[in-house]
Amino acid sequence: MTDRALAVVRAGALTTVQDLGRTGFAHLGVPRSGALDPGAARLVNRLVGNPEDAAVLETTVNGCAVRPRGAVTVAVGGAPCPVTVDGRPAAWGTAVRVPAGALLDVGPALRGLRAYVGFGGGLAVEPVLGSRSTDLLSGLGPAPLADGTVLPLGAASAVRGSVDAPPWPGPPEELVLRVRLGPRHDWFTPGALHTLATRAYRVSAASNRIGLRTEGPPLHRAISAELPSEGMVLGAVQVPPDGRPVVFLADHPTTGGYPVVAVVRESDLAAAAQAVPGTVVRFVPVR
Amino acid sequence: MKARRVFRVGERALLVELGTGTETEAFHAELLRRRAGGALPTVREIVPAARTVLLDGVDAPDQLAGQLREWTIPPLHARVEQAVDVPVRYDGPDLAEVAALWGVSVETAVRIHSATEFRVAFCGFAPGFGYLTGLGEQYQVPRRATPRTSVPAGSVALAGPYTGVYPRSSPGGWQLIGSTDAVLWDAGREPAALLAPGARVRFVVERR
Repeated sequence: MTDRALAVVRAGALTTVQDLGRTGFAHLGVPRSGALDPGAARLVNRLVGNPEDAAVLETTVNGCAVRPRGAVTVAVGGAPCPVTVDGRPAAWGTAVRVPAGALLDVGPALRGLRAYVGFGGGLAVEPVLGSRSTDLLSGLGPAPLADGTVLPLGAASAVRGSVDAPPWPGPPEELVLRVRLGPRHDWFTPGALHTLATRAYRVSAASNRIGLRTEGPPLHRAISAELPSEGMVLGAVQVPPDGRPVVFLADHPTTGGYPVVAVVRESDLAAAAQAVPGTVVRFVPVR
Repeated sequence: MKARRVFRVGERALLVELGTGTETEAFHAELLRRRAGGALPTVREIVPAARTVLLDGVDAPDQLAGQLREWTIPPLHARVEQAVDVPVRYDGPDLAEVAALWGVSVETAVRIHSATEFRVAFCGFAPGFGYLTGLGEQYQVPRRATPRTSVPAGSVALAGPYTGVYPRSSPGGWQLIGSTDAVLWDAGREPAALLAPGARVRFVVERR
């Protein structure tokens, strides 16, 4: 049996395989998927000498533990967390050599939510429509990790990894999301738009890879008619009937029938993906 | 005719809103035609929907928006390519209710549905789920008041002006009129979706 594989010892709350997602299939109802914090996924790949779009593990809240069959270079980034190899502390945010058969444990996030684990050679699960990402909305790609899952690893390149970016931009104390109003802001009252721009929301515990749900003052509609389904983008701030904005993340549906009041800047979405429930969210309209 | 409207959507997308479903399908067809001919700047995703087409991943959205407003759209021509035949057993639990809503017998309802030529207006809800238009306005039906928690894969269903086929088992609120063994979605197949936007579709009665 090849030693280019790893066994999952502790799957964690939700650990999935992610790369930079699948594009070009939204018209068939296929979400883009991919790492919620793509900067962190790219960084751990660079650290282990992979192309930036190699498949990595994305953990949620409490990390995961895996046992590679053969020696492999790994790097853990995204949410800061304790890292151990066979129980001994190892470095976070840099390349670490894990010996054959040793246990790599990625501990609970100290700040933020999602850690990323890159492996030299990348996770070599079979791509689906050009991506190895797990898509939780439509069930494409590999299933979320379970204890005992075995994942194949690709051949590691001889290139040494490099650090060329700060590994962690800092956890959001307060999540500031810059938004561009529209396309359906005129479906809301002027008061609702004022509320969105001035009031604080909080990240709801019901948030997931599909959307960041919020709790806060409801946004009232000026037009109560039903909106015919229309295409949705990453970062769309969709407002369901309860009036609480939902920010669409990577596994969002490709079409939807609730009006989008605004769209979050793509560069602000990594912080959204790392915001723990209860974090204050402010929507700041910009041009 | 309602004027075409083009909205900015975030940093890199445009939403084109048309007056009718037919205009939307014609605009979508024109977009694909221009893209195939290399006459459209790079657009990562073109997502048609009921009254809109979304263009996502556009480098210069304001510039493209100006062009899209000026386009002359030729009417939608019947395509020359073969229609996709979907074999169907009209055995759905809501067939009698749909026939009653239409004010016809079950046999007539089956004849109406299977004699209609459909077109995939857009996809969504799940990979490979197409929203098929073609039935006359008098045949619109409401969604079920209480959605089913599980609709079997292959269910042929109606809601509003649309017919759809569930690619896999899922919760659903559409009226179920039949079932098919056709594989609507197979990510390992090329193409993965049996019914892509723009495709013509016929439902062919399968006798048991």
